Amino acid sequence: MPILRVHGMSHDFGGLRAVQDYRLEIETGQIRGLIGPNGAGKTTIFNLLTGIYTPTAGEILLDGRRINGLPAHRIASMGISRTFQNLLLWRHMTVLEHVKLAHYSKIRYGLFGAFFGTPGRNREEAEIEEKALRLLDRMGIRHLAEQVVLNLPYGAQRRVEMARALATEPRILLLDEPTAGMNPEELVQIMEIIRRVHGEFGLSILLIEHRMKVVMELCEIIQTLDFGAVIAEGTPEEIQNNPRVIDAYLGQERRG
Amino acid sequence: MPVMGRTIRNLRASYSQVPLLGWLCGALIAVTLERFAGTPIALALGLPKIPALFGLDIMLKKPILVPNAILYVFLVYGLPMGATTRSSISLTNRLAGRLFRFPIAITVAVHLALLYTTLHLWAGISDYRALVLKLTLIAVMLTLSLNVINGYMGEFSCSHPGFMALGAYCASVFTVGLFVDDRLFGAVFLPPGLGPFLFPVALILGGFLASFGALFVAIPSFRTRGDYLAIISLAFLFIVKSLIENLEFVRGPRGLSGQPDLADLPTVFLWTVLCVWSINNFVRSTIGKALNAVRDNEMAAGAMTVDTRRTKIVAFLFAAFWAGVAGGLFAHVLRYVNPSTFGIQNLAEVLAMVYFGGLNSVYGSIVGAVSISLLGEALRPLEIFKWIIIPLLLILVMIFRPTGLIAFKDLDVTSLLRPKRKPGGEV
Repeated sequence: MPILRVHGMSHDFGGLRAVQDYRLEIETGQIRGLIGPNGAGKTTIFNLLTGIYTPTAGEILLDGRRINGLPAHRIASMGISRTFQNLLLWRHMTVLEHVKLAHYSKIRYGLFGAFFGTPGRNREEAEIEEKALRLLDRMGIRHLAEQVVLNLPYGAQRRVEMARALATEPRILLLDEPTAGMNPEELVQIMEIIRRVHGEFGLSILLIEHRMKVVMELCEIIQTLDFGAVIAEGTPEEIQNNPRVIDAYLGQERRG
Repeated sequence: MPVMGRTIRNLRASYSQVPLLGWLCGALIAVTLERFAGTPIALALGLPKIPALFGLDIMLKKPILVPNAILYVFLVYGLPMGATTRSSISLTNRLAGRLFRFPIAITVAVHLALLYTTLHLWAGISDYRALVLKLTLIAVMLTLSLNVINGYMGEFSCSHPGFMALGAYCASVFTVGLFVDDRLFGAVFLPPGLGPFLFPVALILGGFLASFGALFVAIPSFRTRGDYLAIISLAFLFIVKSLIENLEFVRGPRGLSGQPDLADLPTVFLWTVLCVWSINNFVRSTIGKALNAVRDNEMAAGAMTVDTRRTKIVAFLFAAFWAGVAGGLFAHVLRYVNPSTFGIQNLAEVLAMVYFGGLNSVYGSIVGAVSISLLGEALRPLEIFKWIIIPLLLILVMIFRPTGLIAFKDLDVTSLLRPKRKPGGEV
């Protein structure tokens, strides 16, 4: 049974239909790609899946439970986490604080603990910190733990965002252009990280990406989107040879 | 001049080894000296009496006495503090190190006791000093609680005087009604001896009433982000003010007087410590850090499982609670409240303290509240010019340090109290 099922999902911005009749089934541990020209509605789909927008029509089922209409933080704590296309980090907070805060929904000490620093709270904060540091270690950014994110290079910021998303302990990870603006060296590193978290955490991943090399190498199944509608779905080879995809997105290679 | 520069650097290096314990001891020695020898020294220097606020008030009133006042401050505060802290560096460091081996609560208690004794002796010189000190401590509570909203959460709230008014009136009605033979509230209901025990109840009730009022601001304004909070909270301030002006049972615009004398220095000090402690705890916890996340990027906060709406409402009510408690104390320090106290001017003062001291900062709030309150008092002889100098200072701070003097600094008790040098070790 697929872990996430979406069917008939549409979304309108005023009179504009941004997403039309979208469907998706992700199995546990699958890596799926989502490609398409700019403005095709890829990020809108992410925003719909994570509860930032509520779909105009259709259903999103996580483990068979309907989640559309739930607020973003509920959906996130149910196991859908994401990164953002243009890095929405908290600019005054340190790397460690980013990862610690992603444990928010699992905090058991209440407001009383927060106000009066009970022993239970201190114990739990220490646990969270240890977990966060371990995660930073796995992402190779432990040495940056006390840095404020604003001062970090771009590649490191991408890693922080990924670490933060993983700290919510998701089952499905939505990555919105994780390699945007990266140099070839960083590109190789981030692909390695995606492969590794996929293996180690047993995650299902949905990936928006413009670099064909990345998509073709990582994904098992790719969907192509144009004007809010899926125009093709299949394995990388099928997509690469699909005339509609070539026409809408990949473009014809000129010979001769 | 390289020699001078080196001297200053050496001095700074040696004084940076003084632990907080050393500074507190030095201050204690200075105020003890003032207590016993202050008047003779002042008279010998040609001053009429002990300068109330570090000589500034005397200097402004009679500029001819400027050198005398400076000499007094140097002899009574500067010299004893400088000499004792410097000469006892290894002793105080060793003491601080030994204290540090106890549970942190004991270490904190010792420091607080020293601080309180110092303040008590300092305020014991005159009633005026005691009043200024109490009002300053209350300003610290107000500033810090407003900083939770305007600094940590990054919204702009204007309703703090309103919360203060709710707390002040609620606590006053409680104590006047119970312990005072009053025309409006009838005869004494409980023996006045119970006052000190029930006073916390009055303050907490006042705090809760302020939180309850805050709910009416929070629910409509935290649906979305934007300037709504500033507008709604300003409206709330005016509603509270005119509500009180029209309530006859608290005597409307004539104000409510006759509060029993319950807010003595230890009480105010204790509540201030409690306030700073709980707010510092809150903003350093992961739950409190969610405020920063909401401020820096609310969408990302939501996607990382943070319940943004709850976070904002909780913080707002919490801040309002402390404003209410501060209001209750304020009413019992002055033993008179009237609604016109809690207006735009009060708001401007608290906002000035927050932005002067530093956003998102516990240290900053304390520094801002203390410096603006003391400056406001010390510059009183300048009359109208006071309202030119303080805003000018604020403008300068905004130009050179846009986030305030000490922004983004929470209170880390351990690093604050720890000895600055290994016992016995060199530099």
